[in-house]
Formats: sequence, C-alpha cells, structure tokens
Amino acid sequence: MSVGPAPSGDPILTVEELHVSFATEEGVVQAVDGVSLELQPGEVLAVVGESGSGKSVTAMTVMGLTRSPNARFEGTAHYKGTELIDAPEDQLRQIRGAEIAMIFQDPMTSLNPVMKIGDQIVEQIQEHEALPDQQARERAIELLEKVGIPRARERIDNYPFEFSGGMRQRVMIALALSCNPSVLIADEPTTALDVTIQAQILLRMRELRDETGAGIILVTHDLGVVADIADRIAVMYAGRIVEHGTLDEIFYDPQHPYTWGLLGSIARVDRPRPERLPAIAGLPPSLSDRPSGCHFRPRCPHEFAKCVEVPPLEARLEGNPEHRDRCWLTPEQKKQLREVRPGEIGLAAKSTGADAA
Amino acid sequence: MGRFIVRRLIQMTFVLFAVSIMTFLIFNVIPNGDPAERMAGRQPREAQIEAIRKEWGFDDNIFVQYFTTMKKVFTGDLVSYFTQLPVGEEIVKGLPRTLSLAIGAAILWMFVAICFGLYSAVKAGKFADRFLTIIALIGISMPVFWIGALMNHYLGYKLGWFPNGGYVEFTEDPIDWAYHLILPWTALAILFIGFYSRVLRSNVLDTINEDFVRTARAKGLGERQIMIRHVLRNSMIPIVTLWGLDFGAVVGGGAILTETVFDLQGVGQYAAEAVGQLDVPPVLATTMFAAFFIVLLNAIVDILYAYLDPRIRLQ
Repeated sequence: MSVGPAPSGDPILTVEELHVSFATEEGVVQAVDGVSLELQPGEVLAVVGESGSGKSVTAMTVMGLTRSPNARFEGTAHYKGTELIDAPEDQLRQIRGAEIAMIFQDPMTSLNPVMKIGDQIVEQIQEHEALPDQQARERAIELLEKVGIPRARERIDNYPFEFSGGMRQRVMIALALSCNPSVLIADEPTTALDVTIQAQILLRMRELRDETGAGIILVTHDLGVVADIADRIAVMYAGRIVEHGTLDEIFYDPQHPYTWGLLGSIARVDRPRPERLPAIAGLPPSLSDRPSGCHFRPRCPHEFAKCVEVPPLEARLEGNPEHRDRCWLTPEQKKQLREVRPGEIGLAAKSTGADAA
Repeated sequence: MGRFIVRRLIQMTFVLFAVSIMTFLIFNVIPNGDPAERMAGRQPREAQIEAIRKEWGFDDNIFVQYFTTMKKVFTGDLVSYFTQLPVGEEIVKGLPRTLSLAIGAAILWMFVAICFGLYSAVKAGKFADRFLTIIALIGISMPVFWIGALMNHYLGYKLGWFPNGGYVEFTEDPIDWAYHLILPWTALAILFIGFYSRVLRSNVLDTINEDFVRTARAKGLGERQIMIRHVLRNSMIPIVTLWGLDFGAVVGGGAILTETVFDLQGVGQYAAEAVGQLDVPPVLATTMFAAFFIVLLNAIVDILYAYLDPRIRLQ
C-alpha cells in the first residue's frame, strides 16, 4: 500500500505557490498561502489539516470552484498543459467533471434532491460526451454497479432521499468517475459517514484508483483515513504546508511539532488508554490575522527565538530530499523532543502542548 | 392517491358547511339586514312587509330558513332577493369572465416573476437587482383599484390604445377577447409580480449556496443549465404552492376590484354588487363558490407539490 520514496515521473497535476485570499467584512482572509503540490498518476496524495487550514480551498481552487468577485488568486496549477487558475470558465468547464472530478464531504446535501440519481449521472456524461440517452443510461448503471450499489438497474430511477448516506456517497463516486477522470479530488469523502461505511468507501476508492490509474487528492482531517489509503501526505496548517513526505515518513518519522500533535491525538487501540485523548492546546489562528513567522508558534510547546522568522518548507533530513518541513528545530533536537520509543508509530502522547503545558 | 382524494372531499364538505353557516348567520345579524324590509321598497306599509316575509319564508325559524336556502343552493333554485334572477345562472354567466381574468393574470404574473426573480438573483447586489427591487416594491404598494383606474383612464380612455373596460367572449373572437383583457390582466398581475419575484429571488439565492449546486458546477455543467435544472427547479417549489393558493383566491373573489374597475361582469363583481345590497342568496352562493375553489386549488397544489418534490408523499 505505501510506497517508499515519492514516485517520480511526470506529474499529472502541479500546483505551484498557490495563494488564495478572500475579501470579507472582517478583512482579507488569506486561506491558502503559497501551497505547492504535485500529483503523480495513480497515486493518492493526502492533504491533512484542521478545519480552516486551507486544504479544502486548495482543492476547490484547482477545480475553479472558489472563483468569486471577492477571491484573489496567485500562483499556478497545471493540468496536462492547461493553466487552471486563470483559465476561462468555458475551458475549465470541459476539464471539470471530465478530467478532474470531485467528491464532496456531505453526501446528504451534495446531490440534487428533486432529480433521479440516474438523471444526475447521465447529465454529466452527456455534458462531456455526445452519447445517446440509452447508452449514457447504460453507462450510469455500470458505474453504479462498479461502486457497489445493488440492483443498480432499478435503483437508477430512485431519488437521493431513497439512499442511505453511504450509498449516496457511492453515487457521488459513480458521478465523479462517470467520465474516467485522470484526477479525483475527494474533499473529506468519509467525514459524514459512520466508521464501517468509511472503510468500505475508502476500499472502493483504492480499488478504483488501481483500476483506472487516476491520481487522487484526498483532503481530510482524519489521519486514520490517511493511514489506510495515502501514498504521500501533505500536512497543512493555517494556509501553509508545514510538512510533506511519504506515508511512512510522516507516520514513523514526523518532523513538525504540529504533525506530532495530530498524530498524538489519534485514538489508538494498540496503546494503553490515556485518561483523556491528548489534544493540541489552543485554537488554529484566524486566517485574517495570523501570527508572524511560524504560524504554529503560539500553540507550539517548543517555540524559541528563531520561530518569529518564517521557516521555509525544505528537506532538513540528510539523504531524503522529498521529506520536507517548516520547523527551525534541528533534526537532533526534534528526535530528543519526540521521545520516540522503538517500535512505536509516531510519537508519544506527551510530546505536545496538552500534556507538556 | 385514493385516500388523499377522499380526505380532501371530506375536508371540502366541512369547509363549505362552515362557510355557509357563517355567511348565513352574519347576514341575519347585520343591522338593517331584514330582506323583507329592503325588498318592500321605500316607505312600505307594514302589511306589505309582512306579506313578503310570508311569501319568502323570512318568518320561519332560522334553522328552517338555512335548510331551505341550502337546499336551493344544491338544486340550483336559488334566486336573488332583489333582481329575482336565478343565482346559479348568474354565476355560470360570470364564471368564464372570472376564469379568463384569473388564468391569464396567473400565467402572466408567474412568467414575469420568474424572469424578474431569476435575473434579480443572478445580478444580486448590482444595479439591475436594486432597480428590480424598487420596481417590485412599487408594484406591491399600488392598489389594484388605483392602478386599474389609471390604466383605464390613460391607456383606455385618453390614448385609446385599449378598450375602456368590457368583455368579449373567447368563442366569439379570441383576439378581441385577449385585447379586452390585457389591461385587467396587467393590473391584477402587478401586485403578484412584485411579490413573487421577491420570494423567488431569495429562494434562488438560498439555493445557489446549496451543496448540490456546487456538485453541478463540479460536473462541468454550464451556468444556464445549473440555473434552470438545479437552482430554479428547487427554488420553484414554494412559489408553485403560493401560485395555486393565490389563483384559488383570485378566482374565489380576489379579483373583485379588478372586475369592477374594468366592468368585466364576472363572479367577483356579481358578489360585490350582492354584498352592497345585502342580497343573501348570491352572497352565500359566491362565498361557497370561492371556498370551493380555494379548497380545490389547495388539493391541486398538494398534488403538484408531490410531483415537484419527490420526497413528499400524498396521504
């Protein structure tokens, strides 16, 4: 499941120095602040962070879904030679749904309640391909079968309210896959589902990735989800990527104190249960008024003088140029602070704010 | 569906019964409401009044009076106290006029309101939206008897562009029929256009922010298709409800003023004249006629609603 080094080759989607800000009544909200990402065909890239870290905005901006008179964009996002950020709407429309498809967080509200699910899938197929009704419908039935909807031939004429949450998310996946996209962006696809369904949906997504070879960007706050499916992980905090590496690197050798906090706050069945689940002290900063230097500074138990300068996202470990982070601590200091015990994944619960304070 | 119809029929019976009793009682307790005195003309002799009372049964027990009147309503024998004309025939004569007015106006106001409301929502906050908002508020604020009279005077009488009131049968000359009805349709529709376009605008703005609209956008659909198939369809559900109810109300007497201003001789105008004369039989019959339409349209709205929103099941 997990790969060693980051796969090299030509990325299918490249985001470079993406900045997104929104003008609001409370001032300018800098939602995304210099994010760079690469997605290889057939890989699952997880973008992880708390709410308000800019992960969803990054994903939606790639699709052109954050465009509004109040939004400002800088940077680039290249998909197969097309520049997505300032592409005209008509050009973007041909990519949306056909080349880059998206699965949203809440399957209960993401489907049109008054339209049969079959019509909603057929509508998308026919938007991108000149297919007669009957053939488009057959394709929709196949898709529904593929994502595991039983009796798809009958169910295609049902309305969304006749499906459970998990089934609706499968419909959303079928919808996203209907034109064989090369990139699938899944924005918290399992957050609204219960745990057993989550596993099924993730499994299905992984199978489909293997079948179609699409690259998947998985946006989530749930590291448990990530452990199941991701090849590479980008951890975001307050609009910036603070750490980037392979699944193994992030889980076994995390470098940024924020990543330690995230890993420390997962409930684990293979460890003695702590009195309370550790949490990262404090709240994420407001995106319209972020601390200078390292954004995590006010919540970081290991803050020191240098943290008022913005740490660059760079490789700090010798011999691994793909594992990058934004923390001024030296790798040796990090090692000591983490108190890694051999054989354990990630770090000890004591490593961050909640308990150290 | 069968159960739904049965339930609505029971409901309708109850409503008609209640409406008839109330109307009947109200006209019995109104001061100066004694029909015999009014029918006897000016300075009548006591004996005359007494004779009329006997002849028309006004001296009977009120329950008996109600019963005989209601019997006449259903056998079609109801007769006006003052014109002595059969009420049923008068209503049948007025009905095509009232329906012509109501149906035409309802189509007009729905169509224009959809255009205005949708455009206003798409341009929300911009000049066009503000302009339409002001127009809508003016439309809502203008009473129909005033705007109707103005139209009649300036467009009909002064400029002579339109006929000055009156009605032509559709079967006689459809074009002339429409020509005579343009001003009444417009006058009646203006209020509803203002109101509906405001409601639709806010519904559209709510719907635009729904997740499924974002999904539609992510599917690569064009803006027009998103607006019509996804946004408008969902925004229309409450409007269609209003439409049915307002249509019922307009047929059942809501167009009294318009009919009177343009002298259309419809059911509403008939009812208005009857009320002025405290003429109980036509008032009773037109009130029940109105109640009938309102209940009927209510049921139709529910059926439409279930069609528009598959989550709703009739029972």
